[in-house]
Amino acid sequence: MTANWKRQFFPGEDPEKHPAVETLRRDLPSAVLEIKHFGGEVWAVVSPSEAIEALTLLRDDPALNFDFLSDLTAVHWPKRKGTEFELVYQLYSISHRQRFRVKVPLADGQNAATVYGLWQVADWLEREVYDMFGIHFEGHPDQRRILNPDGFEGHPLRKEFPLQGRVRW
Amino acid sequence: MEKGCVELAMRNKPTRVYKGPGPKEANVLLTSASTVMNWAQRSSLWPLTFGLACCAIEMISAAAARYDMARFGWEVFRASPRQADLMIVAGTVTNKMAPVVKKLYDQMAEPKWVIAMGSCATCGGIFQTYSVVPGVNHVVPVDVYIPGCPPRPEALIHGIMTLQMKIDGQVNFAARPRKIEPGYRGPSGEGTF
Repeated sequence: MTANWKRQFFPGEDPEKHPAVETLRRDLPSAVLEIKHFGGEVWAVVSPSEAIEALTLLRDDPALNFDFLSDLTAVHWPKRKGTEFELVYQLYSISHRQRFRVKVPLADGQNAATVYGLWQVADWLEREVYDMFGIHFEGHPDQRRILNPDGFEGHPLRKEFPLQGRVRW
Repeated sequence: MEKGCVELAMRNKPTRVYKGPGPKEANVLLTSASTVMNWAQRSSLWPLTFGLACCAIEMISAAAARYDMARFGWEVFRASPRQADLMIVAGTVTNKMAPVVKKLYDQMAEPKWVIAMGSCATCGGIFQTYSVVPGVNHVVPVDVYIPGCPPRPEALIHGIMTLQMKIDGQVNFAARPRKIEPGYRGPSGEGTF
């Protein structure tokens, strides 16, 4: 038990003192690209090549035990050349009642690794990210659209997609 | 008017009740077949359960105890299109739902009518986006449009009464000519719909 979860992480505190950040820095320092914080929330930006290792560490470390993936989504930043997309993993530790956020930058067209093996809920979440952003997840058991109709063309949450769609009425 | 006849006003249609001398002839009622058929059809509209969004809540409350649509003969909401006359499209029609709306409409037996309830079903409402059909009239022919976001149950009742007036105008059992707005070609614009 290295982490101290006896109190909340306060705004203005050094983000490096956050227990999840300490664990990542200690056990997997090469994966951490950046530690960011805002309004008392701390999140880690993790390199895509080692994202699975970092998420496995966060899930399996007994002091952290982020055993629940409460959401997985993505953000499109068309002006960030080289890292146009950003996967956002919202983790929750049921036993410790703590939340943590992991972001994984991706280039346009770069595939992500599936976390279906870590949290089975990622099945539908990754299908939604694929549907809305066109990010493929390697190793996903059933990579197809989930919200849009099967014949739909394009990925609506990409910034270049026209708001009213491409269908003329 | 013939001798011994009494003219009654049946929804502004001339209807004559023959009052003969004996008790046997006393119950003869002379009218046009259209009047009787229209009267029967408009007085017993069975809606199809078709709640798609928050308008459905208003539709439910129009059917529930406070407004009680069944008072007027718009009786039970049917869960099967084969038993329904009237489709109240209550809510947002998405591109993914549009083929289902069309299929259920096609499964309903003639004569059948459609009410577009609320802004979304009428014109897409606030959702001018890639995923929403801008008006269910692109998918099925609509008889009555009810504006509102959502319309109150009174508005729905008024809409059905408007539809009743429309049914009363039918001649020789003929429903109004069916018309769908051109333009809908499926979710990706390629489909044969």
